[in-house]
Amino acid sequence: MRTLFVAVLIFAFWILLSGHTGLLLLSLGIFSTLLTVFLGHRMRLIDRESYPIEKLPKLFRYYFFLGKEIIMANMDVIKRILKPGKSISPKVIDLTANQPSNLGKVIYANSITLTPGTVTMDVKADQLKVHALSKEAADDLASGRMAKVIHNSKADSS
Amino acid sequence: MMYAVAAIAILITLALALARALLGPTVYDRIAAVNMFGTKTVLLIAVFASMSDRSDLLDIALVYALINFIGVVAVLKLVEHGNFFTEGKTADEGSEE
Amino acid sequence: MIIEYLSWFCLVSGGLLGIIGGIGMHRFPDFYSRLHAAGTTDTLCAALFLIGLGLQSGFTLASFKLFLIFAFIFFTSPTASHSLANAAMLGGLQPKVENDA
Repeated sequence: MRTLFVAVLIFAFWILLSGHTGLLLLSLGIFSTLLTVFLGHRMRLIDRESYPIEKLPKLFRYYFFLGKEIIMANMDVIKRILKPGKSISPKVIDLTANQPSNLGKVIYANSITLTPGTVTMDVKADQLKVHALSKEAADDLASGRMAKVIHNSKADSS
Repeated sequence: MMYAVAAIAILITLALALARALLGPTVYDRIAAVNMFGTKTVLLIAVFASMSDRSDLLDIALVYALINFIGVVAVLKLVEHGNFFTEGKTADEGSEE
Repeated sequence: MIIEYLSWFCLVSGGLLGIIGGIGMHRFPDFYSRLHAAGTTDTLCAALFLIGLGLQSGFTLASFKLFLIFAFIFFTSPTASHSLANAAMLGGLQPKVENDA
């Protein structure tokens, strides 16, 4: 089932990238799709963690939140760059990622890095070391707002 | 007109990033600047594709985006370990996944 | 007509964001804060540019490819930022930290 989904996904990707609809080229595309899926199967790449197809709708809902967050954080960094004089107060803080699954931790750490103003420096077990550009950004993260949204959107449950 | 403005803005950014890559006190500054340079190059190719109405250039931009990422990670590994084939030392990379 | 204005807006603000990010790379004092400036431009600036171009080309194969470029940048940029920060930390570069007074 999952393998079939991946095959359809890869073939759709092929068609959209090439834009060809000739018979020969289409059959070549099908051949390369099958080869890719076969290799992925042999390398055991197609599993629950790499292709979490059950979670796609939840992930999209989370992306909306993330987009809004990125824009807000961008505005903050722009203001700090343009403000004359000393405008930043860098901080390094330690966070505990309480997501149950590895995927949830990856989503959390990546979201932290993606919103400008905070970069995940190190991940060890469930301890995150985060560098924040300003005290406000660090406090916002420490309040656990983003972690709560990730938890609520259930993107992290395995 | 619109594309020209966008392209000029990207070129200014490219110049700034290049200056940082040349000045940068640490090697990581340089790599960050090169990463930014690469991303902006992708955007420049995309703008140029729209400007000259040749959408096949977008494939090149796509490939460039991927190669840029792989290149940055490869250079980072090289800086970190001194060479690409250190046995055993690379084990801490694998545990992060 | 409205689409024209919208894509003007996207391209110009994207360009401004890029330049501001470039200035930030020169203004900030140490490597880690510069990384923030670079990260800013990577995400939102790329998104704005590609939305602007996508509005121009309409609903075609070209805008799908633009979307793909955006997706790749969106996924690779935080990874690159993280591995840069991680490598710098493992390499022993200490961030300039401001202590609370």
